[in-house]
This record gives sequence, C-alpha cells and structure tokens, in this order.
Amino acid sequence: MGNKRLSLEQQKTLMGYLFTLPFTIGFLLFVLYPFIQSILFSLSELQITQQGFELNFVALENYRYAVAVHPTFVRVFFETVLKMLTDVPLILVVSFFAALLLNQQFRGRTVARVIFFLPVIMGAGIILAMEQTDYMMLLHSAPAADTTAVGGDALRNLLFQMNLPETLLEYVVSAVERIPQIIRASGVQILIFLAGLQSISPALFEAADVEGATAWERFWMITFPMMSPLILTNVVYSIIDSFTSAYNELIVLIRSTAFGGAGYGVSSAMSWIYFLAILVILGITIRIISRNVFYHE
Amino acid sequence: MRKVRIRIGALIRAIVVLGICYIILMPLFTKLSSAFMTERDLYDQTVKWIPRNPTLDNFKLVWRYMKYPEAFKNSFLLALSVSLLQLAACTVVGYGFARFQFRGRNLLFGLVVFTLIVPPNLIMIPMYLNFRYFDLFGLLPDGGINLLGSYWPFILMAATGTGMRNGIFIYIMRQFFRGMPRDLEEAAYVDGAGPFTTFFRIMLPGAVPAMVIVFLFGFVWQWNDYFLTNIFMGGQTLLPLTLDSLVFSASGLVTGGMMLTGQYASLINNTGMLLFMAPLLVLYAFLQRYFVESVERTGLVG
Repeated sequence: MGNKRLSLEQQKTLMGYLFTLPFTIGFLLFVLYPFIQSILFSLSELQITQQGFELNFVALENYRYAVAVHPTFVRVFFETVLKMLTDVPLILVVSFFAALLLNQQFRGRTVARVIFFLPVIMGAGIILAMEQTDYMMLLHSAPAADTTAVGGDALRNLLFQMNLPETLLEYVVSAVERIPQIIRASGVQILIFLAGLQSISPALFEAADVEGATAWERFWMITFPMMSPLILTNVVYSIIDSFTSAYNELIVLIRSTAFGGAGYGVSSAMSWIYFLAILVILGITIRIISRNVFYHE
Repeated sequence: MRKVRIRIGALIRAIVVLGICYIILMPLFTKLSSAFMTERDLYDQTVKWIPRNPTLDNFKLVWRYMKYPEAFKNSFLLALSVSLLQLAACTVVGYGFARFQFRGRNLLFGLVVFTLIVPPNLIMIPMYLNFRYFDLFGLLPDGGINLLGSYWPFILMAATGTGMRNGIFIYIMRQFFRGMPRDLEEAAYVDGAGPFTTFFRIMLPGAVPAMVIVFLFGFVWQWNDYFLTNIFMGGQTLLPLTLDSLVFSASGLVTGGMMLTGQYASLINNTGMLLFMAPLLVLYAFLQRYFVESVERTGLVG
C-alpha cells in the first residue's frame, strides 16, 4: 500500500483527468468523430443502405457543385457572411450602450433590467423564426417600419448632404432600420457587459474624480479599457449566436439541402465552406481586438 | 446650469429606456392581443390592440392541436433532464479545469472552446446518421440501434458536457471555481478529506449561484430549441414541433383540409407562441433576480 501510494502531485494529475473525463469522452464521440466524418462526407457521395450508409469518394466534386452549380448557394453565402459582419458591430454598440444605461442609478431600473433581458427568454429559437413571417407581427411593426422608413429617408438625405461615402451611408441607414432586430439579439451581450461594468473598482472612478476628470475622460480612460476584454468575449459570442439564429438563411439552405435537396455530401461541403469562412473571420477579429485589449493584471 | 443638464440627461435616458422596452415588449403585446381576437376583429379597421369581440376559441383550438398537455409534459421532462445532466457534467468538468494541474489541460480547455466554434450544422448530418445507426462505434451488432425519436441523443450529449452551448457552461463553472478561495479546500485536504469529499461537501455548496445560472440557461435554451429537436426527435409530441406544425394540423378541422387564411393562421400561431412561452415567462417571473444578477455572481468577468 505504502509503495503504491501516489504522490500528491500525481494524485492531483489523476484527479484532473478524472474530473474532465466526461468532456473528454463526449468530445471524442460527439464532436471530434462527427467532425472528421463531416470532412469525409463533404468529399463523398453518401448512400443510405440497409446496414447504414456507404461513402463513394468523389474528391472536391461536392464543393464544385456548391459553388459552381447550385443556383443560390453563393449568393446566400455572401449575404449571410456580410450580414454577420454588419450585425456584430451593431450588436456590440447597442449592448454596450444598453449596459451603460442599466448601470446608472434611476427609478425603475430593476424593471428596466427585467425587460431588457426578456429577449434571452423569448427572442430565441422557434419563436423568432415564426415571428419573422407572422401577419400580426408585421401589422404591428408596420407603423414603426413606416416611420423608420421616413426617418430612413430623412437620414439618407442628411447623410447625403454630408458627402458621406455611399457604402457608409447605406450601412448607417440600414442599421437604423434594423434597430429592433438588433436589440432583441443583444440580451446575453448586455448581461455580460453589465457584469463587467459592475466589476470595475469604484476606487478607480474616485481617483479620477480627485484628479478632476470629466465624465467623457472617465469613460475613455477607465470604463472603455476595463471593458475591452469583454468586447472580445461578446464578438465571439455574437458570431456563435448567429449560427443558430433564425435570421441565418445559409443554415436554412444547408439544412434543406441535406434533407431532401442535393444531398448530404453537398450540404456538408456547404457547411465546410461556411465554417472555414467563419474561422478566418474569427481569427482576424481576435487578432485585431486582442492587440488592443487591456488586461488588468 | 448643471442641474438643468442633469434633468435633460435624465429625460433623454427615460425616453431611450422606454423606447427600448417598447421594442422588446411589442412582440409579447402582439401575441396577447391576437390570442383573444376573432377573425372579424382582424378586418375591423378600428381594432388595433384591444379585440372588440374577445374570445377564448383560439386557446381552445390551439390547446387541442398543439396537444398541449402531452407536449408540455414531454418538453418539460426533456428540458429538465437535459439541463440537470449538463449541469452535473459541466460543474464537474469545470472544477477539474479550475483546480487541478495536469498535462494537456490547456489543450483540453482549447477543445472546450473549439466545441463552441463548430457550428451545429457542420456536424448535424454525421450526428443524425450516428444516432440513426447507433452502434457505439462498432461495438454493437451491425446495423446498430435507431436512437432517433428518443431522448437518448440529447441525454448522451448533455451527460458528457457536449450538448448545446455546453462550452459556455463549462467556462462559467471554471471561472467561478477559480474565483473561490482556496483556504477551505486546503483545510479539508489537511483534515484528510479526499478530492471527491472536498468537491461535494466544500465546493458545491458555494457554487450554487453559478449552478442556478447554468441550469436556467440550459433549460431555456433547450426549451426554445427547434434545430436539434427537429433533427433528433422530428415527429414527436414536443412543444416546438407541435407549435411548428400547428397551422397545418388545425386547418384540418377549421376549413376541412383547406389552407387557413394567412390572417387567421396568424391568430392561431400567436396564441400557440403565447402558450409555448408561458411556462418560461412564469419561470422568469419567479427567477428573474437570478437572471439579472446572474453573470455578476458567476464571476464570469472578474
């Protein structure tokens, strides 16, 4: 017994493996294995047989089909990626702003918080998908859409007179028009930013007050740098969130291709093109942001 | 002068907060008002929010065609078992990452993050086929078992911390355990308690706030999920599925198989969505404190 007894070090190592074992098993079976399979599927033609399924290797044929032959894939792909690239900055700005609001002292703050986080509960999954085409929803948001459209026109003219570049102009106008959608997609991000705001030590602000800093300076010198790691967290979260969003047309296309469209192989190839694009985008964003992130330690 | 500026600031803030609240609550108001409307109210130009001929017919119809009692029971059991299982798995795994030094720890944690970045649709087809012909990777006799249509796909994934967005939960638990003081643990070890006793007796009671968050988010996300539910359990009596096909199944009765008018279908859909969300809204009403204070408590940030 005495000989066999592990040192405390070894024991802790063993415990580490033991505690993380569920994930290790799950990762191998339900993530890595299907992940590798999906590479194979994307390179094969898949046939369902009595015993299961069979793969016939077809090299890059599925990719070629998705890009060159499929009637809508390329268009939907670019639209979806572009939409994500435009939505994520908007979500960040809106949720940061909302968190700043909710962090202030005012009457009814608790109620406001309860309402602001409601989209986390009800603005997800199937509800969001059904609301998009729902007659009553369209009816009730129609007046709002009218005013924003008018507002959009006014805004457009205003920006036009400022000689802004066309693309920027279109971006701002469409951003204003999509504010409701953006707000409803920001629940979790607001939660994360708010938690961050509350973790900033009040001593920092007191010191700034003693030095005579203005509110503007306090924001840019303290709040913003202290929040920068969370900006990274929220960018990653928002991108991940867009995978399962009801607004993601590409996912809908990939799914309908798999079940009843051009088949599993082509669908897998589409998924891979999308995944690689996201990896590139994530890589670039993380690089840019983490260079400018301020860490407290 | 300063006072005036503060006043104006407060006024602007109030307008912005109210505006955002309206945008968020509008869909809920829409559902509430449509649920009590008759089709006649829809064509009545003077009716906007308050129905002129309030009725409970929509509820009766939806209750029946959503198979509400049965679908509710099934969905509740599914969401409850999945969220409890993934809570257990993510707590244990999170603790392992937070407190034990072992070779490959950073790599393994990198893989946790990796599971988040992989879009569900990428592994959707292999998962579908693996669960359709589930043979435990060659261990079971050829052909395998069909696990689709049962709770098993969800249960297996939840129990191993690889269910929907479980990476986030592992991350939350790890951060929380890292933020807990080491003194108590050290004391327990000195007193001769093993790692398991220490974990269950000393660490778990302190981790309850973070566990509540993980449980709540897990429950809500599972409840709302249509994507995986449809793939793994398509055709079963679960709320997201019966809600999705509500108009289709109801049209059989109302018009004898003809398609419903878009307007009337909308009333039914809104009633269905309201009934679908109702349990979550009740849950939220009781536990909103936890949601609202949640991330601060978990130490996710600090």
